Amino acid sequence: MNSSTSAFIELKTLVDQEEHEFADMQARHFKARASMALKNETLRASFRGASDFLMGKRQSVFPDAVELEALRDRGEAARQRSLAKLPDLLEQLETNLVANGIQVHWADTAEQANQIIHGILDANQADTVVKGKSMVSEEIELNHYLEARGIECLESDMGEYLVQLAKEAPSHIVMPVIHKNKQQIAQLMHSRATTPEGDPVPYSEEVDDLIGNARAILREKFRHADAGISGVNMAIAETGTLLLIENEGNGRMCTTVPPLHIAVTGIEKVVQSLSDVPELLTLLPRSATGQLITTYVNMISGPRQTDELDGPEQVHLVLVDNGRSKIFNHPDLKSTLQCIRCGACMNHCPVYARIGGHAYGSTYPGPIGQVVTPQLGSAGGLAVHGDMINACSLNGACGEACPVRIPLPDLIRDLRAEAVAPLSRQQNGQTHVEGSGSKRTLAESLIWQGWSLVHKVPWLYRLTTRLMTRGRKLMPARLAPWTNTRSMPKPAAYSLHELARKAGIAAQASPVANSRENNNEQ
Amino acid sequence: MTLSLSSRRRSYPSRPSRVYLMGTCLVDSFFPQAGMDAIAVLQSQGVEVVFPQAQTCCGQPAWNSGYENEARAVARRQLLAFAEDIPVVVMMGSCAGMVHLEYPALFRGQPEAPQAVALAARTYEFSEFLINVLDIQFESRDITNLTEQRVALHTSCSSRRGMGVAAEHRELVGRLPGVQVVEPKRVAECCGFGGTFAVKQAEISAAMAHDKAMAMSATAADVITSADCGCLMNIGGTLDVLAAEGKARAMPTRHLATLVRASLDQTGGEA
Repeated sequence: MNSSTSAFIELKTLVDQEEHEFADMQARHFKARASMALKNETLRASFRGASDFLMGKRQSVFPDAVELEALRDRGEAARQRSLAKLPDLLEQLETNLVANGIQVHWADTAEQANQIIHGILDANQADTVVKGKSMVSEEIELNHYLEARGIECLESDMGEYLVQLAKEAPSHIVMPVIHKNKQQIAQLMHSRATTPEGDPVPYSEEVDDLIGNARAILREKFRHADAGISGVNMAIAETGTLLLIENEGNGRMCTTVPPLHIAVTGIEKVVQSLSDVPELLTLLPRSATGQLITTYVNMISGPRQTDELDGPEQVHLVLVDNGRSKIFNHPDLKSTLQCIRCGACMNHCPVYARIGGHAYGSTYPGPIGQVVTPQLGSAGGLAVHGDMINACSLNGACGEACPVRIPLPDLIRDLRAEAVAPLSRQQNGQTHVEGSGSKRTLAESLIWQGWSLVHKVPWLYRLTTRLMTRGRKLMPARLAPWTNTRSMPKPAAYSLHELARKAGIAAQASPVANSRENNNEQ
Repeated sequence: MTLSLSSRRRSYPSRPSRVYLMGTCLVDSFFPQAGMDAIAVLQSQGVEVVFPQAQTCCGQPAWNSGYENEARAVARRQLLAFAEDIPVVVMMGSCAGMVHLEYPALFRGQPEAPQAVALAARTYEFSEFLINVLDIQFESRDITNLTEQRVALHTSCSSRRGMGVAAEHRELVGRLPGVQVVEPKRVAECCGFGGTFAVKQAEISAAMAHDKAMAMSATAADVITSADCGCLMNIGGTLDVLAAEGKARAMPTRHLATLVRASLDQTGGEA
């Protein structure tokens, strides 16, 4: 064995190890996943660096705070306008798409969406597919479905391509491979990718080389693929247009080179008119990557016409519900559907910055992932994803960054209430999310009932604080998990209630309040 | 009527003769002297302070954990304890945010909704009240005798993003004679406290607290101040452990009210 062969095997082993670590992490529950991520220093460095970089980029394209707030108002209004008329706009969209020669399919569930897409491919004898980036296709797990049926699905977005090569999942909705550094990507390309000539890709950590090598491989695939599958950023009802933004040109390749193009998206992506587009495009790339506009803005308005030289012969749109109608029907949770998938919430989330996307164990990570995942039809609801909603300090950074003002912290708290909803609320039909009440435990509910009792009876509260302050020497020196990394806080000798009373600070504003308070303390 | 320093554009009443002080449960047991300092500061400005003995907790821990009924039962008692129509000054940004921003939602559709909305409207965070309502000033006559103190300001997430009073925090500390305000790197990032988050997701919380504590240590300030005692216990407690391991500087933590009172005692304040 020569030295280059042994070096190759060494790198291959490293890459295999990363794949196993990913699979191992995904097999665990949320806390264990987060714990694994926190202990992985390479991963921590990748996410911290990405978070700082992306927050800085966004900041640089929104230099004027007042203007940013005005833009966010308009973005929010544009999304709410569309959602207010969602059923009508979807009908209008279908009519105009069909008029443009785009075939429209409706999927209630993830399974149905996969069946529809497979059916279209099957009818066209398509067995090689190139894919542009589509989070909805991740959500419905389309690749697994098609690969199990003998169809090769190649991801053509650079990040998605690498994630697929690594046999992992995206760790971010805009930058899928943000969890890997340059060295890891070089190792991955070298050990797992082959050039069109069938040789291993030469090892290089140079970004231009990495991109160039992937481009050479993907160009061949674009040329020969039977079908292209893409996502959609906005579907414009009035004109029957599909808007797709991207930076690599792979989206344009997927949607124009193969003879068959299938677009897949969630039903919430519809907007009424072209005039809504600038409102949202002003915000989307700026919030996502700090770009004023993406390199490519594709407006897809139908298949190849008889007098045209290129473009696909067929264009299909698969509109996926997968729980969205249910979200739409709830007055508070509805704002979940405002999302334009920019990823700013995860870029600004201090929890995401530390545990990364894979720890969430869901297609959509970070704050929007915490909100949308338990509500999706195919994800298992709060019973499966109820733990990740506790991984939030309610610091509000996501809500502040969201370009369309989704009240993410409020929604996370609403979902916590759903997760621990008492049986009575479930029986009265006051719960709305799959798995409501599944995280309610007897122990925790007793703790809160006890807490509530102490704090709703003023004399009992004062007695409790008196015991705690007088008994402060008896307090334990350690109380896990707090003292695992912190000193133990010591109660004071006398509470503020006692100090204020001794100092003669008035306890009531007026005699009227005095009598009322006394009455209520009985 | 004055306007807030922040972009939130809350309007403020003129100087009242009396206010309620909402001490908050953390101040009550762990920082009671800060409560007495706040009372002294308000009194020094000619404002009578009422401290209802029937106050307990705003209800935030249960509300943020999803236990809405339990939170409401506790919050209902605060509606009674702070029933008179005078301003309520709250010693912590997060509890101020609970009352000012969350009570209307907590009591939505409940018989007490009008009282909750009214209480929310007259509830102010400590620095917000001192700056925007009282416009507190400090005489600087004895400043030559003061050794300059470097104060690291930690504005909690609920003060910054909930109540929107980061500018008021800075302004208040900035007005203290002989004080140099410093802020840590990634100043707007959460310290990792988050109430029950620190217990339920202890490892993530600890990682966040570690980073914030190290950033605080790097400011080389003499003292850390904040209007939120949860953050102070989290950051200070983490620094204690890191300092014992020789990894960071140990730094004392003080509620804003304590620093303000110390300044008033040293220099005298205008009533």
